[in-house]
Amino acid sequence: MFYRENGQFKSSYRADQQIFPIAQDRIAILVLLLVAFIVVPLGVSDYWMRAILTPFLILSLAALGLNILVGYCGQISLGTGAFMAVGAYAAYNFQVRIDGMPLIASLLLGGLCATFIGVLFGIPSLRIKGLYLAVATLAAQFFTDWAFLRIQWFTNNSSSGSVSVAGLNVFGVPIESPVQKYLFCLVFVVVFALLAKNLVRSAIGREWMAMRDMDVAAAVIGIRPVYAKLTAFAVSSFIVGVAGALWGFIHLGAWEPAAFSIDRSFQLLFMVIIGGLGSIMGSFFGAAFIVLLPLFLNQLPGWLGFSISTALASHLETMIFGALIVFFLIVEPHGLARLWSTGKEKLRLWPFPH
Amino acid sequence: MGFFLETLFGGLMVGMLYSLIAIGFVLIYKASGVFNFAQGAMVLFAALAMARFAEWFPLWFGFESQILANILAFVAAMGVMVIVAWLIERLALSKLVNQEGITLLMATLGIAYFLDGVGQTIFGNDIYKIDVGMPKEPLMMLQGTFQGGLLLSQEDLVAALVAAGLVVVLAIFFQKTATGRALRAVADDHQAAQSIGIPLKRIWVIVWSVAGFSALVAGIIWGSKLGVQFSLSLVALKALPVVILGGLTSIPGAIIGGLLIGVGEKLSEIYLGPMLGGGIEIWFAYVLALVFLLVRPQGLFGEKIIDRV
Repeated sequence: MFYRENGQFKSSYRADQQIFPIAQDRIAILVLLLVAFIVVPLGVSDYWMRAILTPFLILSLAALGLNILVGYCGQISLGTGAFMAVGAYAAYNFQVRIDGMPLIASLLLGGLCATFIGVLFGIPSLRIKGLYLAVATLAAQFFTDWAFLRIQWFTNNSSSGSVSVAGLNVFGVPIESPVQKYLFCLVFVVVFALLAKNLVRSAIGREWMAMRDMDVAAAVIGIRPVYAKLTAFAVSSFIVGVAGALWGFIHLGAWEPAAFSIDRSFQLLFMVIIGGLGSIMGSFFGAAFIVLLPLFLNQLPGWLGFSISTALASHLETMIFGALIVFFLIVEPHGLARLWSTGKEKLRLWPFPH
Repeated sequence: MGFFLETLFGGLMVGMLYSLIAIGFVLIYKASGVFNFAQGAMVLFAALAMARFAEWFPLWFGFESQILANILAFVAAMGVMVIVAWLIERLALSKLVNQEGITLLMATLGIAYFLDGVGQTIFGNDIYKIDVGMPKEPLMMLQGTFQGGLLLSQEDLVAALVAAGLVVVLAIFFQKTATGRALRAVADDHQAAQSIGIPLKRIWVIVWSVAGFSALVAGIIWGSKLGVQFSLSLVALKALPVVILGGLTSIPGAIIGGLLIGVGEKLSEIYLGPMLGGGIEIWFAYVLALVFLLVRPQGLFGEKIIDRV
């Protein structure tokens, strides 16, 4: 009834090619942004802001980055945690070694370092693909785990091996309270999501997708595999690196290499699979799902009136994650994002079935 | 010299155990084209089942003999692995036929998580012992040849022998039995095998069971060395570079790759480690495999995939 596009005529290419061609979508996004920027900071408790919404935003950003590589370009990566770690530690080094370094600049420079490492580990993708590449990216994971633990220079010779940042501020405004942290991350996520959305719609995004769908055919029609793959690695690791820096700086404050272990890589891959491969929206769905599911599972026994031990709860959680991944791969390989778009299709026709 | 040889043999023993896990990978990849990320989880699961059954059976049935308990536990654990194989085929793989390699890889990742969760829910998550009576005392050899002699762990030696025996058994199984021939046929071409009446589904269950068997053997050996605990499934991550190095489709490749990586790891840790800050065992295997991939993408003995553009 309300979600109808008839009557919305496009009379210019510009109008035809905008990100959200349907007026209702535009309004919905606007409302969503207003809620995220104004209502949430006013109405949500500090606990939710600090423990759920901020991690959700940062992980969405990382999932977005990974989705560009895995979902759009078809290069599977199990080393996302490594690129997050590079982003975080590089940003930390810029922050502590250069006096008066602005926070945003060090975050972005951290992302740039991650880009460099990402491209470096992306080079094997030119010769190997699929399964082999997954192992190659694992190399990145294990190498960075080791490097940040053992090479003292990266942690500024801290004796405990963990690093911490304090007194963050942007243009003189401190980033201390949960609300400020939330808003800071939100701005990053919105900007990057917009950039990513536009990138995947552009020529380079279509090259990535051609590469993913059939690399031989793509090469035949004149897409350079080297360029397409390496740009996907670069863009993806930049976003992942910035997300890693945000995770360290804003969410954790103090961290050690274990914060970016192989489990983090798998977790992000799951977000991308469950949310939807090759969908910007899906990255957010996936992150929300994976952040909220453990909370839900922890609460559920209480609601049902019995209690289980924390160890059992964590085993059940792994079990359910595993089962869900297989389930999604079988039933809905395009993830939650596809369910969302199916829902929208249905709404367009509603109340008439056809 | 003695020290060098000790390191070398230590590496070879560890390498043999890596190969044992790697063989599980290769079997499944050969017969179904699935890169089985769940092999590590299967090793943990099988070892947990074995350790716990060996503990439970004497309590349930009221006997004392350790040997009998071990034998029964082995049979029961093998039974569990066959059921796991059947369930994996039934619930996941048969529904994912004809999907891309990446999808299947991610499905096995899901299976790995599921098995980790189930295993620890049913069997508990402490450190358990497997005691199959492996000799523990080290062995002194060649005292006349070198100063200080050569110190070898008997346990490792037995493990290596068992691994070698397993490889021989698998080779005979593949070469001489009808089922083995069917497995090789399926490995060559799914469709052709199916069209001459080889039941694909049953073959997959068999392959996963055999992989479960090799996981069980690997789990018992690793488990009696290190104790059965969650980190066992991480040891299996070492088997990935082994298969890459050896070639995904070659059992000899898995063995030689395992030995190379075991030796390389130990030697590099001893001779390069101090220069780099130690602990390089974590990544050495992976970086070696990575460098190797750039030179020879199909691995030492893998089939070359021709891909013209």
